[in-house]
Amino acid sequence: MKMNPGIPLLKVENLHKAFGKTKACHDISFELWPGEVLGIVGESGSGKSTLLRLIAGLLEPDKGTISYQQNSKLITLTDLDEPALRHLQRTEWGFVHQHPSDGLRMNVSAGANIGERLMANNWRHYGNIREKAQHWLKAVEIDPARIDDLPRTFSGGMQQRLQIARNLVTNPNLVFLDEPTGGLDVSVQAKLLDLLRGLVSNLGLSAIMVTHDLAVARLLSTRLIVMKQGEIIEHGLTDQVLEDPQAAYSQLLVSSVLQV
Amino acid sequence: MSEYNFAYLNEQTKKMIRRALLKAVAIPGYQVPFASREMPMPYGWGTGGVQVTASILTPDDILKVIDQGADDTTNAVSIRKFFKKTAAIETTELSEQATIIQTRHRVPETPLREDQILVYQVPIPEPLRFLEPRETETRKMHAYEDYGLMHVKLYEDISQHGHISTTYAYPVMVEGRYVMDPSPTPKFDNPKINNCPALQLFGAGREKRIYALPPYTKVTSLDFEDHPFEVQKWQASCELCGTSGTFLDEVITDDKGGRIFVCSDTDFCRKQQSEKFEEAG
Ligand SMILES: Nc1ncnc2c1ncn2[C@@H]1O[C@H](COP(=O)(O)OP(=O)(O)OP(=O)(O)O)[C@@H](O)[C@H]1O
Ligand SMILES: [Mg+2]
Repeated sequence: MKMNPGIPLLKVENLHKAFGKTKACHDISFELWPGEVLGIVGESGSGKSTLLRLIAGLLEPDKGTISYQQNSKLITLTDLDEPALRHLQRTEWGFVHQHPSDGLRMNVSAGANIGERLMANNWRHYGNIREKAQHWLKAVEIDPARIDDLPRTFSGGMQQRLQIARNLVTNPNLVFLDEPTGGLDVSVQAKLLDLLRGLVSNLGLSAIMVTHDLAVARLLSTRLIVMKQGEIIEHGLTDQVLEDPQAAYSQLLVSSVLQV
Repeated sequence: MSEYNFAYLNEQTKKMIRRALLKAVAIPGYQVPFASREMPMPYGWGTGGVQVTASILTPDDILKVIDQGADDTTNAVSIRKFFKKTAAIETTELSEQATIIQTRHRVPETPLREDQILVYQVPIPEPLRFLEPRETETRKMHAYEDYGLMHVKLYEDISQHGHISTTYAYPVMVEGRYVMDPSPTPKFDNPKINNCPALQLFGAGREKRIYALPPYTKVTSLDFEDHPFEVQKWQASCELCGTSGTFLDEVITDDKGGRIFVCSDTDFCRKQQSEKFEEAG
């Protein structure tokens, strides 16, 4: 899809979401530009997942607007009806969940998991769907011979890669990643990060990635948002934020995590 | 003649069911919720179909009931008896004679007419249930025509068996809008459901759903371009009437592996036999 580099891909303005008394997101505003990878970091419970789910349309905000670039214009997502939103979700967006079981259909084969979005977009040629599924298995470094196997016969890292393939098969413009390397051990994490980095740069993907691992953020994201108790407390280029954190909390976060 | 209201259900319940039926006819293939009543027979015995039949029955109707293709199975006989007793209506085994045909599995081989109504007893009305157990989600899928999942099931069929192995309850698209389960008929009957002159009503008692196909509704079986929909075909023709091209049941004739194929539609088979007999005589 052709993108207008002169306007943001996504624009979030004064977003609010509370669960009872918990202010999960409080007055959040930022922009995402075409081709950017934005990292969202912060401690557990700071509202990262909530923010991601709000933007991806999986959760409704209490207040605020989200706009998204389509045909070189910004459309207001918060005005969109549900069918239109779902259409966006299954064509132009992807969502990679922290737990593969939330993002995969565990009771159908790997091929069907990848093919689902194609079929939802009216692909009706079995041979073509299969070919595309095999291509994507290879792209995420899963042996294409496993195409008819169920995801539960896959390792955690493979499941996560399958989830990525399932999302990227429709060439989305924007991918949401919630702790994509979360439950994986270090060597598997490294491999997945490499893969993600390759995909992001080869496909020119724009992405918003939640992580509490600053090393992951440093590797993948161009800009960084630091959240605390539902608010953005720092926002800047990843290198700047990590090298020279301004907010006391960011300083704490950086010093505690990057001590290696 | 009895302590029951005509056709067992009280008038208020019938009215409620008829309202659901009208809505179902107005939105072909859409599953309309209704307040299913307890019937004096267990679920699985066609309580959904029985409630639909009871709601549309008039004293002048002639009722035929089939289970598989046969009129003489326990289920069919007891439903016929039930309406004979509670509505004092006439019943028949002849497809041409019937004004209402209640069925569990088959669409009769004899082509239906505009003045007939086919009532299906449906166990599971939701075609998406297999892959998406959440009702809130399947409802949205129907509402938004978000039907990719239906093809996922067919995809799995092919990847596991080399062809679409679903032979019963084969999913269809109604007028290009709603995906519907003609459950539990064999896919052999799907072409008969398409563009059918008779009104077709579907009742699911346990699941409390009614859906419908008005006469001449376009019903297409889902498939892939490179794996097109096909009906079952048999090498054999019916052992009893000699007809080929009908839905055949395999019947074991002895304990030495002897078997024959006969029409599953017993009424149709009998008619073919007597026509042959007349030709011969
Ligand atoms: N559905 C919900 N109902 C009630 N409270 C919720 C809900 N979802 C999140 N919260 C609360 O909102 C706050 C932010 O939660 P969120 O899941 O967004 O944090 P997070 O930054 O993603 O944390 P983690 O790093 O542990 O995943 C927390 O206090 C959480 O308990
Ligand atoms: Mg989270």
